[in-house]
Amino acid sequence: MSSTTENSVVLEKPTDDQPTEDVVLRLEDLVVEFPAGAGQIVHAVSGINLEVRRGETLGLVGESGCGKSTTGRAIMQLPKPTSGSVHFDGRDLASLSSEEVRKLRPKLQMIFQDPISSLNPRRRIPDIVGDPLVVWGRGSEKEKIVPEVLRAVGLDPEQVADRRPHQFSGGQCQRVSIARALVLEPEVLICDEPVSALDVSVQAQILNLLEDMKARYGLTLVFVAHDLGVVRNISDRVAVMYLGRICELGPTEQLFDAPVHPYTRLLVSSIPSMEGAQRGEVGTGEMPSPVSPPSGCRFRTRCPLATDRCASEVPEMREVAPGRFTACHHPILDTPASATVAAGDLSTNGATSTNGTAPAPADS
Amino acid sequence: MRPTTPTAEKKAPTATTPGRHARREGFEEGALLTVDDVHVRFHTRNGVVHAVEGVSLELSEGEVLAVVGESGSGKTVFTRRVMGLIAGSRDTEVSGTVTFDGIKLSELDAKGLSKVWGKEIALVLQDPMTSLNPVKRIGAQITETLILHQKLSKQDANARAIELLRSVGLSEPERRVRQYPHELSGGMRQRVTIAIALSCSPRLLLADEPTTALDVTVQAQILDLLGDLQSRLGMAMLLVTHDLRVVRSRSDRIAVMYAGRIVETAPTKDLFDAPRMPYTEALMNAVPPITGPNHVRLAVIPGRPPDLLAPPEGCRFSPRCPYAQDKCLTEEPPLRDAADLPGGSAVEHSYRCWYPVGTPENAEARRVNVERGETAAGTLVTGEMVPA
Repeated sequence: MSSTTENSVVLEKPTDDQPTEDVVLRLEDLVVEFPAGAGQIVHAVSGINLEVRRGETLGLVGESGCGKSTTGRAIMQLPKPTSGSVHFDGRDLASLSSEEVRKLRPKLQMIFQDPISSLNPRRRIPDIVGDPLVVWGRGSEKEKIVPEVLRAVGLDPEQVADRRPHQFSGGQCQRVSIARALVLEPEVLICDEPVSALDVSVQAQILNLLEDMKARYGLTLVFVAHDLGVVRNISDRVAVMYLGRICELGPTEQLFDAPVHPYTRLLVSSIPSMEGAQRGEVGTGEMPSPVSPPSGCRFRTRCPLATDRCASEVPEMREVAPGRFTACHHPILDTPASATVAAGDLSTNGATSTNGTAPAPADS
Repeated sequence: MRPTTPTAEKKAPTATTPGRHARREGFEEGALLTVDDVHVRFHTRNGVVHAVEGVSLELSEGEVLAVVGESGSGKTVFTRRVMGLIAGSRDTEVSGTVTFDGIKLSELDAKGLSKVWGKEIALVLQDPMTSLNPVKRIGAQITETLILHQKLSKQDANARAIELLRSVGLSEPERRVRQYPHELSGGMRQRVTIAIALSCSPRLLLADEPTTALDVTVQAQILDLLGDLQSRLGMAMLLVTHDLRVVRSRSDRIAVMYAGRIVETAPTKDLFDAPRMPYTEALMNAVPPITGPNHVRLAVIPGRPPDLLAPPEGCRFSPRCPYAQDKCLTEEPPLRDAADLPGGSAVEHSYRCWYPVGTPENAEARRVNVERGETAAGTLVTGEMVPA
């Protein structure tokens, strides 16, 4: 946040060899629009400011159509944003030529939702994983690096040597695409819904793997997902998006336990709970079309707290508590322990001990 | 809930199921739907797929039973078989009986089924995009069943359709009946399919992943709507889902399916409090918690769901189970009653496991596997698999 974060330096042109301290990615006023025919425009992303710190996992959540995937892709310049800038390691990607952007790509990798269709069905696994090395003229290192990466993601290099993607399950294909993304040792990995196509039992494997890889390769993760439970577990900080704008940004636990923005509160209380009982408010209505978003605050059409001001004035992103930002005229501040944490005590237990009748730990 | 003991240990179809015309007479009180030993096998080019293997269930009037399973567990095929949408054919082999209110659905032909469909049993599917007819107006799709089953005039049916759309929380129902499905959002479409399903006040609603295609805020709205309608109309509901979180507060009883079989069934609270089948336990631990600290190491289930072309011998879960012993690899455990286990209560709780969770046998199996570092199936035992 150019205006607010304490450690954000005033935006001078950072030089190549001296990136802004510990901020690896900075989005400024990012706007992505698509033509929708008949002269209409889809306002997919409308002015996002965001910083991703080195070594953190930033979760990007929201419902379908909120622009979270578009934001992830805009970081990769796929396609180039309509306006605004993406600073990576202090360099503005938008101002670079496509060749220069290409040269930065090894440091900026991405994995996708559908692991099977994101792999070339006609090629063998080691070739898929080794390709980035060939592209970058390091083909000779393939023999050494590829088996190492495959082992890191939990695949047996000998077993997969002759296999093609269709011979693997979704979870294994996702391992392959993670290996492909890691083979060039990137700094930032953008994960676009990496587990939403997987079964619960396999999803946990991939989430744990991402945590391991993050530690092993010193990655920074941008984790785009709609599953709030998944995002809550893997992220250090979370940005909540609604209709192309960020409405709340903050440390994961605080954001989920005491949401400040009415939309975040609605989202969090909509999660069905494993602990039962908890049933927060349920909102009404659905997200309006991004072709003609509401004036002022975009959430006002569904917001229980909306006033006239919300219709006329776009809320600015501001810091309401240390590290917590929200774009709302009426943030929920005086009820930090909102209804959503009512089941808190109970569930902390549930998270650490497995359940009431789990085998006694004494015998192991 | 029916107070009597359920289908534990029951294997072969019993002779007590009444005949086709014995509606309600001499029928056990409350059991609206009885599914007995249902099998569905598909003969494919690659071999025989055992999609559903000997599933038996009972559903009482006004009860919500959740069927939970991963993809490939057979839950959708099972639902379709109950509905009668899957019948025996050249490459589909079916057996077992489905009895609804004394009528043997599994023996009805298409004509007989169409008298029941929509009127007595209705179905809500996962994808509201494809379950509506794209070239017919919303109104026409709702009035169709009303005119057929309730013999309403076109005008009355139209008025009723508007009323129905209002009752499922759709704004401007007068305008909606004139619209086509593509003009509505996913959540609105799902409301329309629910309105169609409820149009004739069915006594049983089958909901197959009704909210999977929807966003979380809309999901909560639709589930609440279904719950409201279900309790108001006293309708029984079979809620099929892969998401344990969804059913926790919205079902009376849960049946967990794995590889075509029911592996555990219990009242919702009992299942969550004391799962007996290791698969159920593992599934619960694999769901990321939504409270407590972040970066929690999730318990993983190694491997993947089995290939139904060649399901494993013995217990279907044994290759992935942290407690698997030699017996699990060769002998398939039957459904057994949990009342005899330590901590078991006299509720309808049955499970399919030789070393049920929470017993000394389980603790011993776990100790043995941790000691040798792998299960009897050769799966490495890691800290991730067996949370302390």
